[in-house]
Amino acid sequence: MATQVVMPKLSPTMEEGQLSRWLKKEGDKVSMGEPLAEIDTDKATMEMQALSNGVLRKILINEGESAPLGQPIAIIGEPDEDISSLLKETAGKATKPAETPAAKDAQPATKDATPADKESEPAAPEAQTALPETSVSSNESEPPAQPSRGDGRQLISPIAARMAADAGVNLKSLQGSGPGGRIVKRDIEAAMTKRPASAAAAPRLRGAGVVRPDEKATVYGPSAYRDEPLSEMRRTIARRLVTSLGPVPHFFLTSEIDMDRAADMRVAINELYPDLKISINDIVIKVAAVALIQHPQVNASFQDKTIRYYEHADIGVAVATENGLITPVVRAAELKSLLEIASEVREMAERARARKLKPEEYMGATFSISNLGMFGIDEFTAVINPPEGAILAVGAMTPRPVARNNEVVIRQTMRVTMSCDHRAIDGAVGAEFLRTFKQIMENPLYLFLS
Amino acid sequence: MSVMTMRDALNLALREELARDANVFLMGEEVAEYQGAYKVTRGLLQEFGPKRVIDTPITELGFAGLGVGAAMAGLRPIVEFMTFNFSILATDQIINSAAKMLYMSGGQFKIPIVFRGPSGSAYQVSSQHSQAIESWYAYFPGLKVVMPSTPADAKGLLKSAIRDDDPVIFMEQERMYGMKGEVPDDDDFTIPLGVAEVKREGTDATIVARSVMVPTALKAAEELAKEGVSCEVIDPRTIRPLDIKTIVESVKKTNRVVIAEESHPFAGVGAEISAEINERAFDYLDAPVKRVSGVDVPMPYAKNLEQLAIPDVAQVIAAVRAVSYL
Repeated sequence: MATQVVMPKLSPTMEEGQLSRWLKKEGDKVSMGEPLAEIDTDKATMEMQALSNGVLRKILINEGESAPLGQPIAIIGEPDEDISSLLKETAGKATKPAETPAAKDAQPATKDATPADKESEPAAPEAQTALPETSVSSNESEPPAQPSRGDGRQLISPIAARMAADAGVNLKSLQGSGPGGRIVKRDIEAAMTKRPASAAAAPRLRGAGVVRPDEKATVYGPSAYRDEPLSEMRRTIARRLVTSLGPVPHFFLTSEIDMDRAADMRVAINELYPDLKISINDIVIKVAAVALIQHPQVNASFQDKTIRYYEHADIGVAVATENGLITPVVRAAELKSLLEIASEVREMAERARARKLKPEEYMGATFSISNLGMFGIDEFTAVINPPEGAILAVGAMTPRPVARNNEVVIRQTMRVTMSCDHRAIDGAVGAEFLRTFKQIMENPLYLFLS
Repeated sequence: MSVMTMRDALNLALREELARDANVFLMGEEVAEYQGAYKVTRGLLQEFGPKRVIDTPITELGFAGLGVGAAMAGLRPIVEFMTFNFSILATDQIINSAAKMLYMSGGQFKIPIVFRGPSGSAYQVSSQHSQAIESWYAYFPGLKVVMPSTPADAKGLLKSAIRDDDPVIFMEQERMYGMKGEVPDDDDFTIPLGVAEVKREGTDATIVARSVMVPTALKAAEELAKEGVSCEVIDPRTIRPLDIKTIVESVKKTNRVVIAEESHPFAGVGAEISAEINERAFDYLDAPVKRVSGVDVPMPYAKNLEQLAIPDVAQVIAAVRAVSYL
């Protein structure tokens, strides 16, 4: 019985996917669990697995095209069965993809796209086999081709559920290999060994001993904010920039910072608190936060119809883990001491690597920092984490010859590159922030003066 | 260590305990003059005399009650049922007298009695003579139920049962009387009641088996090992009180269980173990607990049907495959 392959939900926030690459051609044999295609989601490129056995009879969506969740993208069936009725049905199910600013090929909307009588599951021709009860003495029958999602429940064994929860495996992206599509232990084990590689750069924070300061600071939730309606000028800028550069119109500002004083300060602090060992990045976080409060237009987010200005600087700190990039958030960093920031970042990085961060701990930053200095990178441009307005890419601190008072001297310098979302932040605005950041960084005593 | 049959191991246990404690005595049908219907009591009459080894009439209810009375009077009777099928007649004395006396007398009368004999299937002895009713006896608080699967277990457990002050239902298996195995030479060698044994260590699946199913489970494990599936075989040895802890520890390791038993499935010991695993180790299960039980029909007389009615190695292997999704 031929079955439709539909665009699967591969991440919690995914609404549509772009077919990045077909891994099978029309006419290829396909077995359940085999990777069928690579799909670009809002988060990463992920593999989609076939849910049934058979031959890939028809590809309904080409590489580079997008489709919303649930839209049929292929048909799998027996090599010689008649799939014309299924094909007709899939033509009627194609829908317009959700509106994105991306320059993606839109799926053609067809005449009878009536949401009312359309179900996310294909109808009649589909063979939804129920789970056969296996008795001990009979031969084991093949597990059914489609998981029985008649009531929408995803079947999973208790140990698999626990392993998935502990490891942060997204169950919605999994097809179970047990009876009735039950997700079992080996499905989770398989998912854990093939996580998509992390795309953007990330700092690997050294895991020093975690020391919480004795005085426990106030624990902040996500920052409060206000939304301002777009002015006509902003609307125009947004509209025009979107057609030129992709989803988030980036521009980049670089600054080279004299780090001598900051480096000395770090050494001095670490003599006072040898157990904590604060890093340059901890100072960067604090300075960025303070600068953000002084430049609230940078601590902002483009929200389509408004621009959101946050009250606090919730700094996302990029951490590379073996499973990918994650950004634990230091809430209200402008109010926290260097020691609190350092200890919090250490602790969250450890938990991030152990996959024990809760979603509210890595979502909802207002600004991000990515540091590749420990990899010897001099400078780089980072990609903004939407919906944030900007991100700061920090390079290595190295001694460089610089001109001071018409003389060449050696200074510890560090190059930072700020990426800004031009829909929310203009060049001069970003530049002013970066200038303040540089000023404070070069003279850390500013931190104690205001 | 000596190699001996289960029959001889049991015989030796009886001999040692009769010698050790003068209050211990043995009674049942054909246990004395005939040397025992299955020769388990061979030579005991000659060694210990007619006051210690007593032939009874064919009156299970009667001599079971007699045994309880003797126990109340301070003796330590071992009552043999020629098979436990015949104990059904005696259940009123076993359950209403032996099991309850300690409780109902407020602790005044302990009943250190052992009811022993073969239980379960034999060779074409048909419906009335092939019953495995351990779950019947295990049902009642006040009884202990023991089922050995090797000569060493048989000897060690029987001695413990005889020394135990509570009524013990000691269920042997006729098809295992000829089974040979190593037995420690120590005449004080005992195995405590209520302790399971891991008969074979493994990592991929747990098989819980008792009595005659233990060799079946071990053979299945051998076969599966050739395919790379490592099975852990657990023999509870004592059914009540059940060493569920050992079983649960194994399930935590393997995440999947098959229970192999020759008894019928409904309300059997397998059902009890399954319920306990569900309560204590739910989060460790990758598949539902699977029972491989005797077919739910009266035991057929025909040889081929009898073979089909009792779980075999192939069925245990298939069950392990099913819970492993192989």
